[in-house]
Amino acid sequence: MRRSWLNWLCAVAVAGILAVPLAGADDLVVDLSKRRIDITLGFSGAEVLLFGATDTGGDVVVAVRGPEQRVTVRRKEHIAGLWVNREWMQFDRAPSFYYIASSRPLEAIASDATFAGIEVGVAHLRFAPSGSSRGADADAFRAALIHTKEREGLYGTGPGQVTFVGGRLFRTTVSFPATVATGPYAVEVYHLRDGQVENAEQRTFFVTKVGLSAAVVVQAHNNPAVYGLIAVTIAVMAGWLGAAGLRKI
Amino acid sequence: MQVYLPIAQISVDVFVLLAMGAAVGFISSLFGVGGGFLITPLLIFIGIPPPVAVATQINQVVGAAVSGTVAHWRRGNIDFTMGWVLMVGTILGSTVGVTLFAMLQRAGQIDLVIVLMYIVFLGGIGSLMLVESLRALLRQRRAPGARFKLHQHNWLHGLPFKMRFRKSRLYISALLPLVLGFVTGVLIAMMGVGGGFFLVPSKIYLLGMPTTLAVGTSLFQTIFVAAYSTLLQAVQTQTVDILLAIVLLVGGLLGTQIGARIGPRLHGDQLRILLALLIVGVWLKLVIGATVTPDDLYSLQVVVPS
Repeated sequence: MRRSWLNWLCAVAVAGILAVPLAGADDLVVDLSKRRIDITLGFSGAEVLLFGATDTGGDVVVAVRGPEQRVTVRRKEHIAGLWVNREWMQFDRAPSFYYIASSRPLEAIASDATFAGIEVGVAHLRFAPSGSSRGADADAFRAALIHTKEREGLYGTGPGQVTFVGGRLFRTTVSFPATVATGPYAVEVYHLRDGQVENAEQRTFFVTKVGLSAAVVVQAHNNPAVYGLIAVTIAVMAGWLGAAGLRKI
Repeated sequence: MQVYLPIAQISVDVFVLLAMGAAVGFISSLFGVGGGFLITPLLIFIGIPPPVAVATQINQVVGAAVSGTVAHWRRGNIDFTMGWVLMVGTILGSTVGVTLFAMLQRAGQIDLVIVLMYIVFLGGIGSLMLVESLRALLRQRRAPGARFKLHQHNWLHGLPFKMRFRKSRLYISALLPLVLGFVTGVLIAMMGVGGGFFLVPSKIYLLGMPTTLAVGTSLFQTIFVAAYSTLLQAVQTQTVDILLAIVLLVGGLLGTQIGARIGPRLHGDQLRILLALLIVGVWLKLVIGATVTPDDLYSLQVVVPS
């Protein structure tokens, strides 16, 4: 315990020293309208407002990345007249959610290599296949994963708009569909000038289930047998009540 | 009104779910089938992940079956002796089915087998029923009030271990319902359905049970089979969404009671034609789904949220 605390202190000190020249050159302040998205029974998606201030000039790029998931992508093939799943590929570290927003089109802000270096843009996400059927084409499967996520509204199809107000203040809104995964979300904000990253800030917020919707999940995973019995009992009671109640009509 | 389903992890319209539950409850009570072969594709269609759809609909079937059984019990439409014998066969069959499922899964061919099983079973049963019931209807039109045999006698009636099923007015080998139950059990395990769509026609045509008794007895047996499956799913896959099940149940209750009231007014032959048309309809949809080029060849499955 004590040791980890010391390590942490050292890390902070080192980070502080490293950050000094950057902080001196450029001020970047960022905050979010919420630190937590609560998934209640009435949840049907949410919006988070990101706002901040920076030195005049340059551009701001925002990347939001959801918790990583293990995903299997399958490809159907035409065999003897039927469409059947054949080839597959598994990705261990695919972000469940990915969204970027920028103050200008990305290609006008910096080179592709710069964005590859900071892993900004769907094309630069580093998730590699961890397993596959023989001969599966990694690029095609990766593209299919991204395409499906885009269709589900979980990956942004293009950069959203970061709006500047009065030269120094900026804001952008991130929308989350109802299918959003629970867990920590990393929000990275980059301030770029002349094609170079001047400063970067990171914020984290959480998507969590609360109330009844959280209780259901906890029970289902911690006491599956009890949960199953409850489910069956509810069904039996509902069926019996329905039959008994409606007889009187 | 949107509601968030905690296990399925999506938000859906309550009224869409209620309507779906009602439709399935209606069908379930009218035909003695759980309706799983109908509701699973519907749930997947509105965006519920397939494992959640399969596990949750089987939970809803428990309620629909209880409701239907109570209604049929009052009318004396259940042959309990037959029900218990079938159940022994079903439990044996589902145990074998689970093993087969695991074997095919390892071989990577489970999807193909499931699609083929649906196509073969639904196509075969649906077309046989349609032809037979249309023929029976025409025969009746020609000779109203004419008496004919309860059922045909064939080699099946020569099998040993004969047992008397008073309610169904049958004196047949206990092996027949045992084997039927066994096949149903395999279907339940492999296709993730209650098996009613196979059991009801088989009881009518193979065992020679009267249609109303076949329906009532099937519902009675389905209670136990579906409850067993729900528990298995809850423990093994944790994909039973209680909230989704409750909404479907509420809708289902209404449908079941409407079905149980309309059912007696319909003639057995009419019931059979309707069930046959329903099965053929689902079969057609499956054949089209399996043969027409899909919009997207790729599909995603989240294995574990890490």
